[in-house]
Amino acid sequence: MNFQFTEEQKMIQQAARDYAQRELIHDVIERDEKAIYPTEHIRNLSELGFLGMMVDPKYDGGGMDTVSYVLAMEEFSKVDSSIGVIVSVNNSLVCYGLEKYGTEDQKEKYLKPLARGEVTGAFLLSEPGAGSDATSQQTKAVDMGDHYLLNGVKNWITNGNTASTYLVIAQTHPDLGHRGINALIVDRHAEGVSIGPHENKMGMRSSDTHSVQFTDVKVPKENRIGEDGFGFKFAMKTLEGGRIGIASQALGLAAGAYELSCKYAKERKTFGKEIIKHQAIAFKLSDMATEIEAGRFLCLKAAWLKDQGLPYGIASAMAKQYCADMAMRVTTEAVQVHGGYGYVKEYHVERLMRDAKLTQIYEGTSEIQKIVISRAIQTGDI
Amino acid sequence: MRVLVCISNVPDTTTKIRFNAEATKFDDTGVQWVINPWDELALTRAVELKEDASSPVNEVVIVSVGLAVVEPTLRKGLAIGADKAVRIDLEPNDAYQTAVQLAEYIKNEEFGFIVCGIESGDYNDASVGGMLAEILDYTSVSSVSFVSFEGDKPIFQRDVADGKEQVEVTGTAVLIVQKGFARVPKIPNMRGIMTARSKPLEVIEASSCEPLVEFVSYKMPPQKGGVKMLNSAQELIDCLVNEAKII
Amino acid sequence: MSILVYIRNVNGKIKKQSLELTSYAQALSESLDLPIVGIVIGEIAEEELQALKLYGMKRVLRVNDAQYNKRVNRVYTKIIEQAVIETDAKYILFPDNNQGKAIAPRLSVRIKAGFVPHVMDLPHSYEPFMVYKRAFTGKALASVQVNTDRKILTPMLNSFGLRENPVDLTIEDFVPEIDEPQSRLNVVNKELEAGGVSLMDADIVVSGGRGLRSAENFSILEELANTLGAATACSRPVADDGWRPANEHVGQTGKIIAPNVYFAIGISGAIQHVAGVSGAKCIVAINTDGDAPIFDVADYGLVGDGLKIVPELNSLLKEVLADK
Repeated sequence: MNFQFTEEQKMIQQAARDYAQRELIHDVIERDEKAIYPTEHIRNLSELGFLGMMVDPKYDGGGMDTVSYVLAMEEFSKVDSSIGVIVSVNNSLVCYGLEKYGTEDQKEKYLKPLARGEVTGAFLLSEPGAGSDATSQQTKAVDMGDHYLLNGVKNWITNGNTASTYLVIAQTHPDLGHRGINALIVDRHAEGVSIGPHENKMGMRSSDTHSVQFTDVKVPKENRIGEDGFGFKFAMKTLEGGRIGIASQALGLAAGAYELSCKYAKERKTFGKEIIKHQAIAFKLSDMATEIEAGRFLCLKAAWLKDQGLPYGIASAMAKQYCADMAMRVTTEAVQVHGGYGYVKEYHVERLMRDAKLTQIYEGTSEIQKIVISRAIQTGDI
Repeated sequence: MRVLVCISNVPDTTTKIRFNAEATKFDDTGVQWVINPWDELALTRAVELKEDASSPVNEVVIVSVGLAVVEPTLRKGLAIGADKAVRIDLEPNDAYQTAVQLAEYIKNEEFGFIVCGIESGDYNDASVGGMLAEILDYTSVSSVSFVSFEGDKPIFQRDVADGKEQVEVTGTAVLIVQKGFARVPKIPNMRGIMTARSKPLEVIEASSCEPLVEFVSYKMPPQKGGVKMLNSAQELIDCLVNEAKII
Repeated sequence: MSILVYIRNVNGKIKKQSLELTSYAQALSESLDLPIVGIVIGEIAEEELQALKLYGMKRVLRVNDAQYNKRVNRVYTKIIEQAVIETDAKYILFPDNNQGKAIAPRLSVRIKAGFVPHVMDLPHSYEPFMVYKRAFTGKALASVQVNTDRKILTPMLNSFGLRENPVDLTIEDFVPEIDEPQSRLNVVNKELEAGGVSLMDADIVVSGGRGLRSAENFSILEELANTLGAATACSRPVADDGWRPANEHVGQTGKIIAPNVYFAIGISGAIQHVAGVSGAKCIVAINTDGDAPIFDVADYGLVGDGLKIVPELNSLLKEVLADK
């Protein structure tokens, strides 16, 4: 056992913290309120290398490990979880999926610009009729010989409008069920791609969420990831890693709300003393600190397993479910600690609370994570 | 042109300062060490000059006097963009010892100019730059806010009481800088962090030199008497004029 | 033997800080029984130096020579070194400002004298010699022992006040032997800026934070500073956002100042900011949030919006100052 971070890990944590505390903090409230996509921040973060931080340097990535990624995600999300989700989707879904399962040509053409952060990517799985249930894809990719013809609608797509590279999950062989599903690399500017209106969300309002419609979009055969019918497995494997990103994002939301609450509780006085000296508040902070620490260890454990090349699907499901639910509890308590101030935007915690809700929903709801975990219990895998 | 930036390893600015039971030594348990903030600004600008293709600066060296504990801080400097780090293996007792060690190193090297932050965040001596300049018989330039070049010759802009001056220096200059030399410290990028480990970090032996002063003990600053809360601008003026007698 | 005091020559004038420094020397002299000698470099009239005799200075060495009007640290250091030898100075005092910081470390090297900057107090021991200085950017004081025969100190400005002891003053013209060119530093261009007060030397500092809400709103601060003859300053976020020049940033990573009065307007008082002003004699805090930590370190506090209070304060102050 070793709880020490390496020098590199500490440097990355510090770099992310510096950027978040120095830059993101300034316009985070305005971007939330007006639902503005953080174009400039994403450009800066890609220059710093955060958009493809785990990709092998030979594909122009940062070459960092998953533990570093958890540390960075936590720091960004303490201040701005919309940045968190943009960074997460690009890193742990799009870049990871392409690097792990793509061909050399695909990596050359699509992964490199993504890893350099010149373009962003999106992962298109959810549909109006199928969110967490990925087996019943209505989007069709019909095999036309030298290309696929793509038709259908994808929902709740993070980076839906801003991304240049889509990874689309679609059904090619309906008779084969989930074994007939393919994952295709689709150019967002291809003919037949139309973007639905910007979703007016409760939280994570600075991230860019859209539905995307495909009408007779021609996708070259060489843009299929893996063998014919590999799409469902591709999606499931990629989402295992994605959960670590979202778990870390939820962790960051909680940690950010906790830090603000501590600061506030040390400054704010009622009945002649700082409210941190009232046990009702002190115990809330104590619970928050303990739960956050537990969540952090779950995230780091899953990341460590992934870095060691060991199975991490259950660990990442546990981290995602626990951190998302914990973030909801902690941010709600943070608003309570702040009292009336917590309910106004200037004090940040109400936003963190709205943002936290989404972590229980996307990239596998908390209930789906429990299915993953409980199945492993039933099969004796844990 | 090679530029040298002198780096001090100090506790992070948020550190709660504690001492041992006898109050004779700083208690560094659990302390997060960082590049001294003014030195970090110095390094930031030096790296910017190196990255600017139009400037003749093509190498940035960082140097620190300290034991192995300063190496992570030097690695951070390399991650920010320095090309080479030098550690002089001594835990210095005062600014004079530090300056002598730096001078011993510098006199065998060639630098276009040398940059020191105005003071270090721990012992606050604000002396190393001036002492270094004196030992080497170099010219020091304070409050430098900008460096430009005429060909290969650096022109330093410094803040003076009534404005700004552009100055040129015969021989090597020691720049003593504060905030303004750079606005915010550079955040290292992934590539920088990744390559920091493979960049050279040379450890050289210290030369012998006695300190001139000795840090004997520490105490906390006296507590303030408590704030007097007032209700209006008029009341404030009355207090400043009649009570504190400072206006 | 003597206590040598560096008297800063500001275009032929001396400033209050030199009187304070002489007062500090006076306090040392009471314990050490050594005469106080001043050294002043560059052209200055005898009358201008007369104020020093009120504070116990008996002798001034005056280098009344136009070629030294411009400060060149290396040359000034050599001149002072010769004055040290001339008067056999055991204690050499400089003001704790840019000049002191530029010259004292050089002198320390030249004469191998232990140097203590940012001195916060009179020595608490003479045998051995020990004095408290600022350490950890105001979060602590360090007791520093100096074992060298000669000792150099820069006492913090505004910390000791004036100590009167009228004596007779002799002013001697001092001709140093300087054998090398004046300067290896050549000013190629100079841009004059409207005469703001230097932050490091200012008696009064008016400082603003994000609570002022925009760069434009700092004009009311400038007006107040104008009325008070104060320097303007700001907190870190304000400087980082470019609302104010970076060299106005006061705090742990900006400038460390110790004025007589520090007005903190719309500044919440983060620990790093407070560290930069903890040496201020009097802190006046104005903030909308009555719980802001700045009030924990302030001497006077006023809860309210700086944008409303500052103009009010300014007009009231104008009246007060006009009466005086």
